[in-house]
Amino acid sequence: MRELSYAEAIREALRQEMQRDERVFIIGEDVGVYGGAFGVTLGLIEEFGEERVIDTPISELTIAGAITGAALVGMRPVGEIMFMDFITLASEQLVNQAAKIRFMFGGKEKVPFVLRTPAGSGTGAAAQHSQSLENWFVHIPGLKVVMPSTPYDAKGLLIASIRDDNPVIFVEHKLLYKVKGPVPEEPYTIPLGTAEVKREGRDLTIIATSIMVQRALQAAEQLAEEGIEVEVVDPRTLKPLDKETIIRSVIKTGRVLIVHEACKTGGFGGELAAVIAESEAFDYLDAPIVRLAGRDIPIPYNRTLEYHAVPQVENIVEAARRLAEGRV
Amino acid sequence: MTLSPERKRELLCQMYTIRAFEEKAEELYAMGKVHGTMHLSIGMEASAVGSIAALRPDDLILSTHRGHGHCIAKGADLNKMMAEFMGKETGYCRGRGGSMHIADVESGNLGANGVVAGGIPIAVGVGLGLKMQRRDQIILCFFGDGAANTGAFHESLNMAAIWSLPVVYVCENNQYAMSLSVRKAFAIERISDRAAAYGIPGVTVDGNDVMAVYEAVKKAVDRARAGGGPTLVENVTYRWRGHSKSDVNRYRTREEIEAWKKKCPIKRFRARLIEEGILTEEEADRIRDEAYAAVDAAVAFAEASPEPSLDTIEEGVYA
Repeated sequence: MRELSYAEAIREALRQEMQRDERVFIIGEDVGVYGGAFGVTLGLIEEFGEERVIDTPISELTIAGAITGAALVGMRPVGEIMFMDFITLASEQLVNQAAKIRFMFGGKEKVPFVLRTPAGSGTGAAAQHSQSLENWFVHIPGLKVVMPSTPYDAKGLLIASIRDDNPVIFVEHKLLYKVKGPVPEEPYTIPLGTAEVKREGRDLTIIATSIMVQRALQAAEQLAEEGIEVEVVDPRTLKPLDKETIIRSVIKTGRVLIVHEACKTGGFGGELAAVIAESEAFDYLDAPIVRLAGRDIPIPYNRTLEYHAVPQVENIVEAARRLAEGRV
Repeated sequence: MTLSPERKRELLCQMYTIRAFEEKAEELYAMGKVHGTMHLSIGMEASAVGSIAALRPDDLILSTHRGHGHCIAKGADLNKMMAEFMGKETGYCRGRGGSMHIADVESGNLGANGVVAGGIPIAVGVGLGLKMQRRDQIILCFFGDGAANTGAFHESLNMAAIWSLPVVYVCENNQYAMSLSVRKAFAIERISDRAAAYGIPGVTVDGNDVMAVYEAVKKAVDRARAGGGPTLVENVTYRWRGHSKSDVNRYRTREEIEAWKKKCPIKRFRARLIEEGILTEEEADRIRDEAYAAVDAAVAFAEASPEPSLDTIEEGVYA
């Protein structure tokens, strides 16, 4: 199959949806001629014009308000927040308005939008341009939270998100933008709320999100050489969460390592651990549930410090090995 | 721009209905029949009614936490409104929203809002959506003087201005953001002066004069509909009651409140219609009495309505 980068896959999803549905448009800072800070929307303004690829002033709150309002009158906007860190500035509209409008209005209105935003560290951009804040939004009823880990998933999940009738926070990872993988040319959807087993294994389950899926797969390769067979499960959407696939995998392996980049305390790993502990999988656990996550610190600038702030392949190998060998 | 006698009578009727609704709301609260809080616009009826009179029925509004008047002026069904206020399943929002979140989308009311300035950014999106679909409607966004000091106000008025969106921003300056006087919260004389910063027209009107409000907003509406972009209209008015139920008026004097009560927008409009020969005293009384009776009927409807069923508590979160 043809290969595309993660950024190209997202761009193709945007292009195909804009061709298919004239209600779909893009709005955000420098998304036009500049192509977005990471070049994801590059070239779309040439194809669709300024009317459908809209550059805004630096006004994150009103970007969120604009997609909410436009969705209320029948459009299907795709907003962009340049760095996930800046979603703090947009939170009022996302949390108090977009997420709650349907419920507050007695289930009569809908707010179909996607807000794309790149998260994650590894670019040397330090504490205000490197955060992974997805779990804040998982906590808000009314929002959906999507986190693709591959080009294939990015395209299918984005198309599904655009066609979804709810506000969707679509969290991309900066270090994944250049990662290539097979992507079909035709439009396709991956239903929100379906996890995928990215690699099968019998000895332990790693549940990882976003870039940690890629790192977990690399770790699994290494561990396979030692005879440890790791199963890697990618939830793909944090909300709604496909609990069934996760629980099934844990029942099969009896050991589970949860890996994400966001800070450990209050991160999505706590939710995953609780979902497993509350389920029938609890009886099948041969070891405590282990979380490997970002340290509870802001992302540092220094290259070495930054590298060690979040889980790397070798950390995953080590944690998985300890768990598989019964040393936890 | 002059309204027909029939239309003027309707506006008086709306003003009385708002007053009746809110006096009843206060009474029901005192009787313990509603819980939560409410924000009354008694004394501000001309702002809601005059502004919305300038709209077509298919135009849209975004309202505020002090939104009963906007909702009624936009044509809400009093029964559904009162039922919502009382938390009943038959209310506009099935009892999920309450006073601060009443929405009546069919009448073009995209909702009250519990967050000060919460609707201002949404109006940008509504205006953008209407413009992109080449629909000939406009969105009128209400907010208070307090909202004019938020970042949302600045971001949104600028964005609506640069894209010439069909938005009319109506600032209901009722003199206080909760307890903070506009004299302490602004270094400028008129909030509408801020329009200059966005390159849009700004106008300040006597918000207790329903016809003055109508005329100013009509001009803004016509401009927006013709593609001229947004306008900032400031209706200078006063809320007679406290900010919410917790307010004991420590920040203002009784004399000040009494002085504003003498400028009652309803008495003023009624006197004008009688003077113009559009109404007799008796007809005006009849309009008032019918408004109070309609509100009483709405209370009866609401009281007879069922509570939401607990089985449905999780409905309506996702589409």
